[in-house]
Amino acid sequence: MLLIRCPYCATERPEIEFRHGGQAHVARPADPSAVDDAAWSEYLFFRDNPKGVAAERWRHVHGCGRFFNCLRDTVSDRILATYPAGAPRPTLGAEGAR
Amino acid sequence: MKFSFASVLSNALGGNAAWPAQWRSPEPKASYDAVIVGAGGHGLATAYYMAKERGLTNVAVIEKGWLGGGNTGRNTTIIRSNYLWEESEAIYEHAMGLWQELSTELNYNVMYSARGVMMLAHDRHDVETFKRHVHANRLAGIDNEWISAGEAKAFCPPLDVSPTLRFPVVGAALQRCGGVARHDAVAWGYARAASAMGVDIVQNCAVTGIRRDPSGAVAGVETSKGFIGAKKVGVVAAGHTSTVMAMAGVRMPLESYPLQALVSEPVKPFMPCVVMSNKIHAYMSQSDKGELVIGAGTDAYTSYSQRGALHISEHTLEAICELFPAVRRLRMLRNWGGIVDVTPDRSPIIGRTPVAGLFVNCGWGTGGFKATPGSGHVFAHTLATGEPHPIAAPFSLDRFRTGRLIDEAAAAAVAH
Amino acid sequence: MTAGRSFRLASGGLVARDAPLRFSFDGADYEGLAGDTLASALLANGVRLAGRSFKYHRPRGIVAAGSEEPNALVELGAVGRREPDTRATTAELFDGLSARSQNRWPSLRFDAMAVNSLFAPLLGAGFYYKTFMWPASFWERLYEPLIRRAAGLGRIAEARDPDRYETVHDHCDVLVVGAGPAGIAAALAAARAGAKTILVEEDFVAGGRLVADRREIDGVGGAEFARAAQAELAGLPNARVLVRTALFGAYDHGEYGAVERVTDHLADPPPFAVRQRLRRIFAKRCIVAAGAIERPLPFGDNDRPGVMLAGAVRAYLNRYAVTPGTRAVVFADNDDAARTLADLALAGVEVAAHVDPRPGAAARLTAASGVATRAIEGVVTRALGRLAVTGAASVDAAGAAWRVDCDLIAVSGGWTPSAHLTTHLGGKPAWREDIGAFAPGALPPGMAVAGAAAGDFGLADALTGGWAAGARAAQDLGFAPPPPREPKVDPDAPARASTLRVHPGARGKVFVDLQNDVTTGDVALARREGFRRPEHLKRYTTLGMATDQGKTSGPLGLAELAALEGREVSDLAPTTWRPPFTPVAIGALAGAHVGPDLQPTRLPPAHAVAVEMGAVFVPAGPWLRAQYYPQGAESGWLEAADAEVRAVRAAAGVCDVSTLGKFEVAGADAAAFLDFAFANPVGALAPGRVRYGLLLRDDGMAMDDGTVARLAPHRFVVTSSSVGGPAAHLHFDFQRQARKPDLDVRIENVTSQWAQFSVAGPRARDAIARVLDPAFDVSDAAFPYLAAGEARLAGGEPARLFRLSYSGERAYEIATPAQWGAGLFRALVAACEELGGRAYGLEALNVMRIEKGHVAGSEIDGRTTPRDLGLDKFVAKKKDFVGRAMLSRPTLLDPARPSLVGLRSVEPDARIVAGAHLLAEGAPFDARHDLGHVTTFGHSPTLGRWIALALVKDGAARIGTRLRAVEPLRGHDALCEVVAPAQFDPEGSRLHG
Repeated sequence: MLLIRCPYCATERPEIEFRHGGQAHVARPADPSAVDDAAWSEYLFFRDNPKGVAAERWRHVHGCGRFFNCLRDTVSDRILATYPAGAPRPTLGAEGAR
Repeated sequence: MKFSFASVLSNALGGNAAWPAQWRSPEPKASYDAVIVGAGGHGLATAYYMAKERGLTNVAVIEKGWLGGGNTGRNTTIIRSNYLWEESEAIYEHAMGLWQELSTELNYNVMYSARGVMMLAHDRHDVETFKRHVHANRLAGIDNEWISAGEAKAFCPPLDVSPTLRFPVVGAALQRCGGVARHDAVAWGYARAASAMGVDIVQNCAVTGIRRDPSGAVAGVETSKGFIGAKKVGVVAAGHTSTVMAMAGVRMPLESYPLQALVSEPVKPFMPCVVMSNKIHAYMSQSDKGELVIGAGTDAYTSYSQRGALHISEHTLEAICELFPAVRRLRMLRNWGGIVDVTPDRSPIIGRTPVAGLFVNCGWGTGGFKATPGSGHVFAHTLATGEPHPIAAPFSLDRFRTGRLIDEAAAAAVAH
Repeated sequence: MTAGRSFRLASGGLVARDAPLRFSFDGADYEGLAGDTLASALLANGVRLAGRSFKYHRPRGIVAAGSEEPNALVELGAVGRREPDTRATTAELFDGLSARSQNRWPSLRFDAMAVNSLFAPLLGAGFYYKTFMWPASFWERLYEPLIRRAAGLGRIAEARDPDRYETVHDHCDVLVVGAGPAGIAAALAAARAGAKTILVEEDFVAGGRLVADRREIDGVGGAEFARAAQAELAGLPNARVLVRTALFGAYDHGEYGAVERVTDHLADPPPFAVRQRLRRIFAKRCIVAAGAIERPLPFGDNDRPGVMLAGAVRAYLNRYAVTPGTRAVVFADNDDAARTLADLALAGVEVAAHVDPRPGAAARLTAASGVATRAIEGVVTRALGRLAVTGAASVDAAGAAWRVDCDLIAVSGGWTPSAHLTTHLGGKPAWREDIGAFAPGALPPGMAVAGAAAGDFGLADALTGGWAAGARAAQDLGFAPPPPREPKVDPDAPARASTLRVHPGARGKVFVDLQNDVTTGDVALARREGFRRPEHLKRYTTLGMATDQGKTSGPLGLAELAALEGREVSDLAPTTWRPPFTPVAIGALAGAHVGPDLQPTRLPPAHAVAVEMGAVFVPAGPWLRAQYYPQGAESGWLEAADAEVRAVRAAAGVCDVSTLGKFEVAGADAAAFLDFAFANPVGALAPGRVRYGLLLRDDGMAMDDGTVARLAPHRFVVTSSSVGGPAAHLHFDFQRQARKPDLDVRIENVTSQWAQFSVAGPRARDAIARVLDPAFDVSDAAFPYLAAGEARLAGGEPARLFRLSYSGERAYEIATPAQWGAGLFRALVAACEELGGRAYGLEALNVMRIEKGHVAGSEIDGRTTPRDLGLDKFVAKKKDFVGRAMLSRPTLLDPARPSLVGLRSVEPDARIVAGAHLLAEGAPFDARHDLGHVTTFGHSPTLGRWIALALVKDGAARIGTRLRAVEPLRGHDALCEVVAPAQFDPEGSRLHG
């Protein structure tokens, strides 16, 4: 059971209160009509899927209901940081550098 | 040495001292015509069919760990071909055909057991969906039938079909030729047969890079055992595909999830068939050793941890107890996780990539075992000719650009 | 024969001599004592044959005294409580316990299947991979059924388990696993420091080796020490000791799984008590003090009843006051043998010989223990006897062979730290040269190890190590650590350590994995065939895959493989340990989520009224909805639904649509937001108006549909489908938070807060007027088609009214807060009935929407575009919205894509069925001629025919043609007319009727 700190509720809660939302920082093209199929396909379907630190979206679905972002090591499943949606991806210190 | 009752008998008389190694364990050569990354069932089957049907034996299968140690040896071994779409029907039915004769083909008993796969319907929506599947399968000449709850009970006596269940069984789709096989034996059988024809299987050999020539085409792979040259590289690395493909700068429409399975303590025969309930995420059969083999749905988040969360297997066991009330006093013996690579449309990707000479066979998600022979067979064609096998052609990486998806899950691109 | 006489010592042990318990084994009655396990009680009665092995059906006895037992598996209970594969060594005795041996026929003493032993050379590792291939059809018909019948151990229950299970969540600062000396010390240190501490112990008595060996700490006996510590912890408000609680798994972020056996040991469990309790323990720190597992030593026929681990022999002597034999041979390669010798002698068991391969060790230890016995520097080569040990053959260093009569061989190949829990999160055990065994390697965050589990085999080390670990954990968490403790214990020397390795000399059949019948010959064969990695060896031979999970066989297998390979054991990687540490009842893992509690059922506010009316219900997602309301002589869904449709079309009907997803969307930018979230231009809606709303996914596929009503300039009420409610909610929240964070808009899911009813039919306005505040004007002038507004019910309760139609009739949807839902439904039903109408259910709803060609979940199946569904006319041309960009991909514009049409049977009674495929007249039934499929069907009393919606290739071009709807299973083959989706009143004149 992951214990996840919701950056809005400022409390650590069990994973079952949350819903995983896939890769974070995937920005929808600002002008959709100016983008070709390949770029849309990249936006919709292609993912980093990293073995190591992943930035991912979660939603505190059974709490405040808000989306936030999280840095998690996908090998150890340790959570390195959580931060509000819209905030830039934090840079990690030595512990998160792997 | 050919395996047969006679050879078992004569070896027994000789104290079983003369059995040779089932595969060679060579050091890698400097180069091959083709290198396959990943010695799971799909990779080994690919090598086997390249050697057997294309005469290409200057091939290496390289494996980071030990052969058959990934999802091949971690799945619940369900075999069926009753998929919805024509493209899926074709490839899984192709595999189904190969399963029938696989033990003889490989001279290795893979214990393919067509004991029937029953998919339970629990409400009207299931009924309509499953009937549509059944009809589509019948159109394509694929075995699948619709049976009532009473018939389901007769086919699988331990199943509880009482209408008072929270999710009552209201009928089922039954594929009688579906069943199970012994997963390890599939990897070993392909390895033995491929090795005997000259394919090198190199274990403990991790790929660390994919080298490309000045034109951008593949030149070979960097490994923990040094550089291995090859003009063709086929990546068959399941949950690790994204990582391997990233070495060639290719991004993939994949996410890797843990998928859990578990077995019970062994008991005398109880389950005569395979039962699946997609609605409540429970899959169960009984191995020849007597263990109940139970599969769960994927875990809720991507991970490479090769284990799962307790609450996910609990959830599956709740469903199993609902459907099979006699199992509650039986004990769970082992619980483990595999890493499955999932595509947006839940269908595999087989074929070329943007890098010349680099091919990929991945995205089998939670259902790759059943496809093993078919997947290897069509991918061998692709690697040998550079062109997709007709059955594999719809499963191109390019479909995500064109939108020609093969949507088995109806869940593509829900972006959250 | 030993049965009939008592092997209970006159005194000693942790058994209650004043509490005799009756029990039976294989139908014979015996007596044991409170405090016994089934195993100790059997041994006390001289019963040493306990089971048969998996493959060769060899007679087997009791090997261990704990959960590592590989052999003595029995069946307990009966019918629904029948429980196979239970270890006799952990089954706590109670009065009336009835146990049976397994995997034998006709009896345990004479098992016909033991004939398998004769064919052992044929049945070596992996033999089944090499044969049974010809002819292919024989595998399933003959070979596999035979193998399956022979395999398996016990029998599963025959019926539903009548017992209950539950799950609880525990939270603590420090979790200590194992109440042996190290665990007790750790728990005391942590608890005295003030940390919230939980000590779990799988046994029913705390103490571990303290109750199995004769030890003294600070002047008191080990058992007394454990009892006092347990009492102290139980008295602290911040500490708990949970016995009968096996910690079986370590999970992410400090979650641990444990199972507590609550009533398994009771003859008469109190009513309503749970049988077992799953404990999910969330701990900030965990100290694994799970002890060590003793290794057997391999020799010929080392599986005979009477070959027992030396530590288990001492446990039976000291804890249970039972002598497992009368004349013993001790075979060990470590100094712990001195304790075994002394304990045997003290209990009056004759020690026939002490065998130790290490130079000088046998003589030294024999002298040190003061036991008069023959010291042999050598190895036991094989055990003699069949159903029980009758002697031991041995060879000494000089090569001389010895035969010693005995009925017990106590063996010890040293101890392996129980590192299982330290590896569940991916850690690997590490070789420790100083103890000659694999021990815990890198630990997951928050975990520490202490005592024998950490390789500290001495009692003093375990106590100080455990104390230090407990103190450190408490200190880490901010508690002031207690002062260090220096207990005085009886001397530990000689040490218990010996290096894991094979001592050559074994003769005959040597078992590595007792339960799965894996011999050294199998290991050698597998290696010869290339299965040289421990993981391959395990899978090829099944070594370590039995119900004991390789606790005793794993190290032995590694040593054997290393010896064959000519490598050091330390060079090999042990196979991965997976949870659970000991097998856990599936019922306990499922907990209380059984029957109706498997998943919650959602009921709309007026559900009770529908029940009163005799409605027949159908599940729809999590909801239970009324399918139809049979009246009078109506015998089934078809008759009732026909009547309901007729009533709506002729008068008025009411349908409970409270299950629709309902959302309030408010804020200055609400219109702009909805314009982005919906594919059609809903933002342009005028206040007081409602319209259809279509949601798309990012890939251009239709996701759901519903309605959007603008109640005020900055306030909207939105609905989705019933099953799609949660997904629509997620969609709205995601678009708002992730895509449009700067908009001033708030979204609230009010699905459960409002009851909502659809009232349809030519008399619908009359029906609605009867429940509304008379002051509310429902005239067509004041409230025309697609009007929306707030109103009051006749009793003054708030309501919302929308003039919407799904049925094609004049229709209204009326909503009121949930608490008034039942009352409103009752009033609406009465109003409709007075007007000659009635309530209608999902079945009639579906028929009418097919008549009108409205799509629902069976068409919006995640694979259809607005164009496929004929909804492209709604899609906005100018604005940006979710899914827009992908709609123009050529693949989605392909005219051959299946598109929506209506069907009606040519013959009135020719039934069109769900999922039927569509073929041209005369076309063969195959995939190449497949044109599409029926998505939903029903019987239209209005049209007097079976009708359907279907997705058909080139659908629009086929309107006016005929197709066959073929269902191959039961031979339905209906000739149909292809029509426009809206078959009934295509002009929509009835909307205003």
